[in-house]
Amino acid sequence: MELIRIRDVSMQYKNGVTAIYDLELKIKRGDFVFIIGGTGCGKSTLIKMLYREVKPTKGEIIVGGLNVARLRNNRVYKLRRKLGIVFQDYRLLPKSTVYENVAFALEVIGAPKEEINRKVLRALELVGLKGKVRQYPDQLSGGEQQRVAIARAIVNEPKILLCDEPTGNLDPEKSIEIMKVLDTINATLGTTIVMATHDKEIVNRMKKRVVILKEGRLVKDVEKGVYDDEAI
Amino acid sequence: MTMKLFRMFFRSIRDAFKSVIRNFSLSLASISCISITLIIVAIGVMASLNVNNFTKVIKKDVTIVVFVKREVEEKDLGVIKAKLEQIDNIVTIDYKSKKQLREEMQATSSTLDATMKEWSDEDNPLKDTFQIKVDQIETIADTASLISKIEGIDSVNYGETMVNKFLSAFKIIEKGTVLAVALLILVTVFLIINTIKLTIFSRKREISIMRVVGASNFSIKMPFVIEGMVLGIFGSIIPTILIIYGYYALYDHFGGQIFSPLIQLIKPEPFVYMVSLIVLLIGMLVGMIGSYRAVRKYLKV
Repeated sequence: MELIRIRDVSMQYKNGVTAIYDLELKIKRGDFVFIIGGTGCGKSTLIKMLYREVKPTKGEIIVGGLNVARLRNNRVYKLRRKLGIVFQDYRLLPKSTVYENVAFALEVIGAPKEEINRKVLRALELVGLKGKVRQYPDQLSGGEQQRVAIARAIVNEPKILLCDEPTGNLDPEKSIEIMKVLDTINATLGTTIVMATHDKEIVNRMKKRVVILKEGRLVKDVEKGVYDDEAI
Repeated sequence: MTMKLFRMFFRSIRDAFKSVIRNFSLSLASISCISITLIIVAIGVMASLNVNNFTKVIKKDVTIVVFVKREVEEKDLGVIKAKLEQIDNIVTIDYKSKKQLREEMQATSSTLDATMKEWSDEDNPLKDTFQIKVDQIETIADTASLISKIEGIDSVNYGETMVNKFLSAFKIIEKGTVLAVALLILVTVFLIINTIKLTIFSRKREISIMRVVGASNFSIKMPFVIEGMVLGIFGSIIPTILIIYGYYALYDHFGGQIFSPLIQLIKPEPFVYMVSLIVLLIGMLVGMIGSYRAVRKYLKV
């Protein structure tokens, strides 16, 4: 059964730019999918549509049983609780500690304290930052900050993890660390991961499903694919 | 479910205090803005309430003097009084015979005493009077004309021109003070809302992160609204202290009246506590509304 189903979706921004044309895509539970393509190919827009930051102008998007395209603004939180989202710029709260940043995701949904404590420590252990709970984001390296962001994204045990260029600000070595963490999450927790990237090295190394977008259209969808320069 | 709400509520209170401290400089800006505007509001409110108070005192002092015709006999005075009592607007009726009046006047000055002493009761040129206080000074003219129609009444006098002048002046003063206070409060609301908007603007990112991790709009608003309330309460502390000590000092300095016994200041108790409460409520409410409106802006997608 598909966890994500995109049917006949188009997306045009208010300024008239069309970012996605007639997209059809299915993603199964437990999949690890790279969305790749050049600048402006629509990969970011696709991720944004999946967490309902933007709405498609046409078509249907089902994520974890929710009809995302029709989701009202004040119901968006229901979708977000099923998802973990990781951004290129980490988006941590600068004035909160590592622990507080991860706990934040559980506090806003009203989880009890003991549960928060248990889950936060487990998530931080998984990303290898258990020793840094009391530090503030600016005391960490970029790679560590991104791992905090990943811990925050998975602390709520979401079925789907969306990553928008998570290694975009990191050097190759740190990028590989991040990919190892994501791979572990995918393998041990069974979390479905959809990751937009233009990092050739990573895509070739991981050998996962690769979806290639070009000028808003899906041009290639390969299991165990590589970064296909010609298609892009 | 209720447990969850309780937890979120208490977390909001904790977070509100935390972020007031963590965003200290901006919080301080909001608090001082609230303090200063509330002080101005408090002064406005106290001044206008005092002005309205002494117009009331002056209004209470206005008396209609009803002169009874000389030929009316003493037994008929009761009939006139009974008729006066039937008029709605009249609150008190004091009968003063010409003899009493004469004695009162004699007591006021020695020259008057010297002349009036000569008069026998028969010669007394004064007239018997009823001194009347009314409830609604605005309709005093109607009341006076009703009284003058009663049989046996010689004339009615209430200082017509002066009262009319007072009345129109008071109307302007009352309207003016209400308008001034309303404007003041409006400006305060506007200023405070904007200051709080600024503090929240700097936390746009925090709000967007809250949305990303799945906070409902309600649970995003709550800590900010409570934070606004906390800022409002902190901002009311200095104005409250100033109101209480300042007004007591002012009252003692003037001995409770300004220039003449007619212009009475309102007694400090419970007046200062009432005004403090009003100021605190305005601070809290405006703080809450300010944050609510500011956050709402960042929740639209």
